[in-house]
Amino acid sequence: MRAVHFCTSCGKVQPPVPVEYFTFFGFSRKLNLDTAALENEFYALSRRLHPDVFGQADLQERNWSLEQSSMLNDAYRTLKDPIKRTEYLLRLEGVELEEQSKQATEKARVTGELKKQVVPPDLLEEVFELNMHLEELRVQKKLGEDDPALLEEIGKAKLSLEEKYDALLNELKSEWTKWDKAIDSGTEADRRKILDKMLDVLNRRNYVRNLVRDVNEAMEC
Amino acid sequence: MATDYIVGIDLGTTNSLVAYMQGDSPVVIPGEDGLNLVPSVVALDEMNHVIVGNAARKYLIETPERAVYSIKRLMGRGVEDIQDELKLFPFQLADDLHEGEVLRIKIGERTYTPPEISALVLRQLKRNAERFFGAPLTQAVITVPAYFNDAQRQATKDAGRIAGLNVLRLVNEPTAASLAYGLDKKKNGIIVVYDLGGGTFDISILKLHDGIFEVISTNGDTHLGGDDIDNLLIAIALDDIRGDRGIGFEDDVRRNGEAVARIRKAVIEAKIALSSQPTAKLDVDLPGGKKYQREISLEMFEQMIQPIIDRTVGPCKQALKDAGLKPEQIDEVVLVGGSTRIPKVRRLVQDLFGRVPHTDLNPDEVVALGAAVQANILGGGSEITQDMLLLDVTPLSLGIEVAGGVTDKIILRNSTVPASATQHYTTQVDGQTNVAIHVLQGERELARDCRSLARFDLKGVPPMVAGMPRIEVKFLIDANGILRVSAREQRSGQEAEIDVQPTYGLTDEQVENMLLESYDFAEEDFRQRQVIEARREADTILVALAKGKRNHAWLEITNDERRNVEALEKALVEVKDGDDYQAIRAAIDALNQATMRLAELMMDTAVSTALKGKAMDSTDLEEGPEAGHPVAKADFE
Repeated sequence: MRAVHFCTSCGKVQPPVPVEYFTFFGFSRKLNLDTAALENEFYALSRRLHPDVFGQADLQERNWSLEQSSMLNDAYRTLKDPIKRTEYLLRLEGVELEEQSKQATEKARVTGELKKQVVPPDLLEEVFELNMHLEELRVQKKLGEDDPALLEEIGKAKLSLEEKYDALLNELKSEWTKWDKAIDSGTEADRRKILDKMLDVLNRRNYVRNLVRDVNEAMEC
Repeated sequence: MATDYIVGIDLGTTNSLVAYMQGDSPVVIPGEDGLNLVPSVVALDEMNHVIVGNAARKYLIETPERAVYSIKRLMGRGVEDIQDELKLFPFQLADDLHEGEVLRIKIGERTYTPPEISALVLRQLKRNAERFFGAPLTQAVITVPAYFNDAQRQATKDAGRIAGLNVLRLVNEPTAASLAYGLDKKKNGIIVVYDLGGGTFDISILKLHDGIFEVISTNGDTHLGGDDIDNLLIAIALDDIRGDRGIGFEDDVRRNGEAVARIRKAVIEAKIALSSQPTAKLDVDLPGGKKYQREISLEMFEQMIQPIIDRTVGPCKQALKDAGLKPEQIDEVVLVGGSTRIPKVRRLVQDLFGRVPHTDLNPDEVVALGAAVQANILGGGSEITQDMLLLDVTPLSLGIEVAGGVTDKIILRNSTVPASATQHYTTQVDGQTNVAIHVLQGERELARDCRSLARFDLKGVPPMVAGMPRIEVKFLIDANGILRVSAREQRSGQEAEIDVQPTYGLTDEQVENMLLESYDFAEEDFRQRQVIEARREADTILVALAKGKRNHAWLEITNDERRNVEALEKALVEVKDGDDYQAIRAAIDALNQATMRLAELMMDTAVSTALKGKAMDSTDLEEGPEAGHPVAKADFE
């Protein structure tokens, strides 16, 4: 099932109908996506929908092409990136994720503290130790001191986090495969479970990313 | 529609050009003086006639308060942010400028906004094109630096409108250059366009494949260019002059506009010379009879300009980072802009990207040529452009100011345009019918560090209990990189009326007013065109008459008739180079009348055809499209 961008008989551009991005490209809601096919479809549709093609058309067609091509670009941008694709699917399936992590980030930024809520259980010990080191570092910097051993510790911790960050992406991708199977042959309950798992992986990944960012900031100033 | 010409215009800081697609390749349309480049200089003579281009340059030296250059630096900006510019450029702000008002500059006794000044340059280009085509011009594609923000783009569009042009598209300069390059080379790959002009710097990274020009990332500095090099040299010269006890000018030089203008001309000449010579000499005649002389070696010059050209490195690195590419992955580097002729700049680019930059294309013309290609595409395309498509990006993130003075980014930089984002708003107070939104552009976290774009006031929200309305606001950045906003209250389905207060721009009403004022110029343009056409007609007749006199029919008319014809011929010759259209017209008509019998006697088809052909050849002064000359036909059929 795909969106109708052009009239099947006369080929003229159609008024945009709000459809979700997978449908826009004629894909199912499977997360393992053929990115080469996506790119080709993007270029093919761009050649026909882009406002430049409608330079001499009437105002209504020009407006429709503007709307359609902005939808095309937004859809492509979202589906091309693995994380954005996952987040988009979660939103489509009614999972509220944006607000939670955004609010928490806001709070952290405003208070200047590390995000306290939702510390992934498997990271608890690591986070605790890292926080201690970072506190030490901040104090030292204030006193104008320099401790290469401490910096090395923190550097190692950061490396470990970066590895975890990459590993989490792989974890996410294995969930994708489960999801794709569940679309074809799973139950509603199965699908819910997978969605929740994906949300969890994303949150943990965001947490790790923010932590690495905080380390970088602390090491800079 | 197909016969309506669409041109591509490069509205540059230092020079402007107009070009169009002639068959398979774009060509620049020259001015009446035969030159391709029109300096972006505007002056008012003593009679307050507007002078644009090369003719205006002498005013920069002789009466600098009646001339202006590099106005592109002020487009889309407010008084607060041009304080640096005011120190380095001789811009005179209008005396009666109020806070929050659109910038106005003094030229002589008159004041103009930057878009109006740019419109005067555009009008000159329009005239050049119309003279070339022998037909009116109403549509154009105009280029802008890729890093121009919304206000700067809107100002450029306004300038087009004031000049009487329907601006079909604003194209980013590096993207335009890549079109000219791609048309020429027809190769796939990743190219970098490094564009260092008179006042702006852009770096764009594009993927070219199968006719698609896809911008991956772009970055730049809208206040960095050749002008900065000039100003540095001028400052050094002024320091010299001040320190030199032989020339006791001291502070006077800085206040003396004419002296500075002469120094500027000299440093520009020296700068250009140093692109091919190891030394250059500054030799300036200062007012009052003193001279300032100094030799500049290439080494000295390169040392001086190092900090300026180093400013291009940051944006280049950021663009590569945003594209997720390393220099080794770049296939080609294309240089654009006059300042890339400087050898040190070329070496810097070579070092940055690890390859010798491509310098085949004329860096002064390539942007206009690319704009002409885009104009062709928008006009329906031709065989050579039918597979070409431009996918450009917005250079700056778009954000909304939220509680706490923080920017919430809703469209990220380097997003392909057209791009959109939807936000939902509601009311805080019962019965509230307005919602205010502050939109910004930039990458910083805090609203005050970003560029204020506009304040939108959504009106007509149906009064409800606080928190009930669900207002959906759609932000759309169009293919020009300009923002459009629309809003709808979803519960009632009512479209909200949006009142836009551009932070640095003109309102639609103001542009309309300027358009009306510019009809005065249209009158002048029309009259000038009439005079030009009449002169052509006169030339045609005179040439044909010269031929006619060698024809045996000349001997067949009476003595009196011959004397009459020659008297009228002399009269026409006398008036035709003047500006009096009526006089020329009258002289043409009188001569036409007097030569009617001669023409009848020459009714031999072969002769009159030869005459027609000859007449067309001699009046075809420029390479225009091969249109039959209507005047010749009318006279001798």
